[in-house]
Amino acid sequence: MNIYVLLKRTFDTEEKITLSNGKINEDGAEFIINPYDEYAVEEAIQVRDAHGGEVTVVTVGNEEAEKQLRTALAMGADKAVLINIEDDVENGDQYTTAKILSEYLKDKDADLIIGGNVAIDGGSGQVGPRVAELLDIPYITTITKLTIEGQNVSVVRDVEGDSETIETQLPLLVTAQQGLNEPRYPSLPGIMKAKKKPLDELELDDLDLEEDDVEAKTKTIEIFLPPKKEAGRVLQGDLADQVKELTGLLRTEAKVI
Amino acid sequence: MDFSLSKEQQMIKEMVQDFAEREIKPIAFELDRDSRFPEEVFKKIGELGLLGIPFPEEYGGSGGDTISYAIAVEEIGKACGGTGLSYAAAVSLGSSPIYYFGTEEQKQKFLVPLVKGEALASFGLTEPNAGSDAGGTRTRAVLEGDEYVINGEKCWITNAGYAKTLTVTAVSGKDERGKNIISAFLVPTDTPGLTITSDYDKMGVRASNTSQIVLEDVRVPKENILGDPNKGFKQFLYTLDGGRISIAALAVGLAQAAFEKALQYSKERVQFGKPISQFQAIGFKLADMAMEIELARNMVYKAAWLKDQKKPFTKESAYAKLFATEMAFRTCNQAIQIHGGYGYMKEYEVERYLRDAKLLEIGEGTSEIQRLVISRQLGC
Repeated sequence: MNIYVLLKRTFDTEEKITLSNGKINEDGAEFIINPYDEYAVEEAIQVRDAHGGEVTVVTVGNEEAEKQLRTALAMGADKAVLINIEDDVENGDQYTTAKILSEYLKDKDADLIIGGNVAIDGGSGQVGPRVAELLDIPYITTITKLTIEGQNVSVVRDVEGDSETIETQLPLLVTAQQGLNEPRYPSLPGIMKAKKKPLDELELDDLDLEEDDVEAKTKTIEIFLPPKKEAGRVLQGDLADQVKELTGLLRTEAKVI
Repeated sequence: MDFSLSKEQQMIKEMVQDFAEREIKPIAFELDRDSRFPEEVFKKIGELGLLGIPFPEEYGGSGGDTISYAIAVEEIGKACGGTGLSYAAAVSLGSSPIYYFGTEEQKQKFLVPLVKGEALASFGLTEPNAGSDAGGTRTRAVLEGDEYVINGEKCWITNAGYAKTLTVTAVSGKDERGKNIISAFLVPTDTPGLTITSDYDKMGVRASNTSQIVLEDVRVPKENILGDPNKGFKQFLYTLDGGRISIAALAVGLAQAAFEKALQYSKERVQFGKPISQFQAIGFKLADMAMEIELARNMVYKAAWLKDQKKPFTKESAYAKLFATEMAFRTCNQAIQIHGGYGYMKEYEVERYLRDAKLLEIGEGTSEIQRLVISRQLGC
């Protein structure tokens, strides 16, 4: 089975995020594999181990992403591809990434493509579905279970806390939700072996793409941090009065009703 | 000069940090309270290949370097000092001497299962009357036919209660000047005549197993002698040089944990209308702590690097151990001070770091012995 994983390097949102000049400060930020993409890597490895084949991890980014790709290789992926757009694309968006990935994937005969359901930085959840659209293959998002028998695939997906079972066929693109699996730690022998595994670097030229072909469809106007959380307020007095006061405050102060 | 870690070293750091944070830190309090050796954690440590970091692939290891190993010790020690100590002892004292001095046959038989994480080994050097003065070893080995018969007693041996193999030092004869010749022997723990008990009630590193070993007419085949029969003393001095790097790394891990707790607490604790971190008395303590940790870590990396470059590292590993362990004690002590009354409560965990750190100034060569090693290296 020919399996591809779409992986994004993101900053760790558990660390403190700071802004300077309207941009997220990258100095001092910790960078990780997008956690949902870790589920994708793990699932790909499990599918390969059960059905044979090869796992290739692909990312669109800059040189720095090599570390995250090596980590995926250390977990057990077979090959990695870095599509380096540092010199060609200044402001990409989901369209840019999806276009590049689909151009790369179009002649790869992928049986299964797995991505995370959302990246914790941008949080759009668009790249996976867009790639499937461009490749003209079916896709299922936020999956929590994947069973493959021959060409037939049974998927359980998370629908706002409920679950839905869908049957479909390969080739297929799915995006991983928390609960799909428990990603493994890269083992020491895995880390040492990752050094020797192939990691190809491509640029837009190699995919016969021009800068104009991948120009972003959106524009970022402003980046700002959420307002600081104010201290809470505890209402006092008779319960009925408290309810009255609360509804009054929700109307006049919070203006939510 | 290049102070940055390699990609592999960074990946190892992140993996071990992740693992320790999720699998060790949550149980560290309980391990200390119950003085329990976490066998289940060591199984996972073995599966991840962490017990094989500094050993080549031909023996089942990962072919990593001493710096990677020091990073792993620091990260495990940051989560739990006792688990960190047992990990460091398993690699530096359990496996390393067999790797350094064993014959090919001994390595295949004894080292491979250790490196693969299938078993643990211990190093039996200290005796009730031979601590800093290891030359005063009283355990004796006498050759009878094809077997050595060993009699004696060892104390405070890390991991022995869970070990499959012990490396035991014993007096095997006298040289031409009438001085004791000390040799090392590989003793499987299921050998008749061997009694291992783990009754010590320790101040700190309570998650680490510490055992007493009594050897009564323990018979091992002649070929179980480890390395040069006449150089057992030199061999364990070399083993301890390596062990010092890992104890220093452990000290850095403990100090880092204590520092992070103190920094966080000082930013949250408000007195006289502002967070106590904004008072110079507290801020300067934190500055000293952060600086000393970084200095110690640099020394650990340098000693590890020298070892990897196959250059002499005796003096530098003593520097690292001496400075890092005394620094860890100071840092953990100040972390309690910053926490005030809360720090004295076990719940806040900083008091455990101090109890754990104390051992590091004693085990694998006391601070006094480190100063002796350094002064001798200086030609004093």
